[in-house]
Amino acid sequence: MSDAVSKTGRWIDLANPTRFLSLAGGILPWLGGLTALVLAIGFWMSMNAPDDYQQGSTVKIMFIHVPFAWLSMMCYTIMSIAALGTLVWRHPLADVSAKAAAPIGAVFTALALITGSLWGKPMWGTWWVWDARLTSVFVLFLMYLGIIALTRAMDDPAKSAKATAILTLVGFINIPIIKFSVDWWNTLHQPASVLRMGGSTLDPSYLKPLLVMAIGFTLLFFTLHMMAMRNEIWRRRVTAMRRVAARSADRGTVS
Amino acid sequence: MMGHTGFVLASYGAAIIVLAALIGWIFIDQRSQRQALQELESRGVRRRSETKMDNAS
Repeated sequence: MSDAVSKTGRWIDLANPTRFLSLAGGILPWLGGLTALVLAIGFWMSMNAPDDYQQGSTVKIMFIHVPFAWLSMMCYTIMSIAALGTLVWRHPLADVSAKAAAPIGAVFTALALITGSLWGKPMWGTWWVWDARLTSVFVLFLMYLGIIALTRAMDDPAKSAKATAILTLVGFINIPIIKFSVDWWNTLHQPASVLRMGGSTLDPSYLKPLLVMAIGFTLLFFTLHMMAMRNEIWRRRVTAMRRVAARSADRGTVS
Repeated sequence: MMGHTGFVLASYGAAIIVLAALIGWIFIDQRSQRQALQELESRGVRRRSETKMDNAS
């Protein structure tokens, strides 16, 4: 790749995919290393957390279930901001960001559902109930699948970008519904206990490992998102270059 | 309340397997895009924007 980047040094330079690629190349090794370190510490702290007097060892599921659930919503929020970037500023990286984030968000949502189910069976006595919290998260998972399908339905990313952005923004209504579902309706799921008015109800022996794991998985998300964005920029370059190659080959046969 | 270790192991196991699959997929994608780019560049294919970008600033 060439170094032909504008040398104005403004933050808007990030809008330039080439600039983003060189930035990602510099940041990713450090971000990946930090992610591994924080996750290792978080895992060690989780394994050493005491068993709960009511929940026994299943309380350890919380240390991964809560970060997955939090990331499933954060990822969608990032995609919604990216959707605004696509619709309002027509920022080329915004669509790349949204498209790269969707599969990662879907994976974290699926894991929140799986680990929640594995926690629900011993604690609630059931794998699944169609209550407000569980259903709204399941709808979020379906939204992700729909967005993934739409981003890959058309050959030209410029065509799918707008439709994907609109679908993403419409689906954002689900995020506050998920967040407040435990307050608005009767559900088996417990209400918020970490981020709530009046402070966390969690004992520090659980809160500390949970926070470290949440930071670790958040770092993992940003590492994977940056990698996936870089892949997507490369993929678009490959497509563009193949088109150029095909056109010049065409001209070669005609003339 | 003991004897739930299976559920804990299943949760962590599922998380590790699914995340490993995601990370593996991203790395495989990265390798194939890099190879495709190298292959095109070695054939001397240039993007149209590369000539434009030289006089951009």
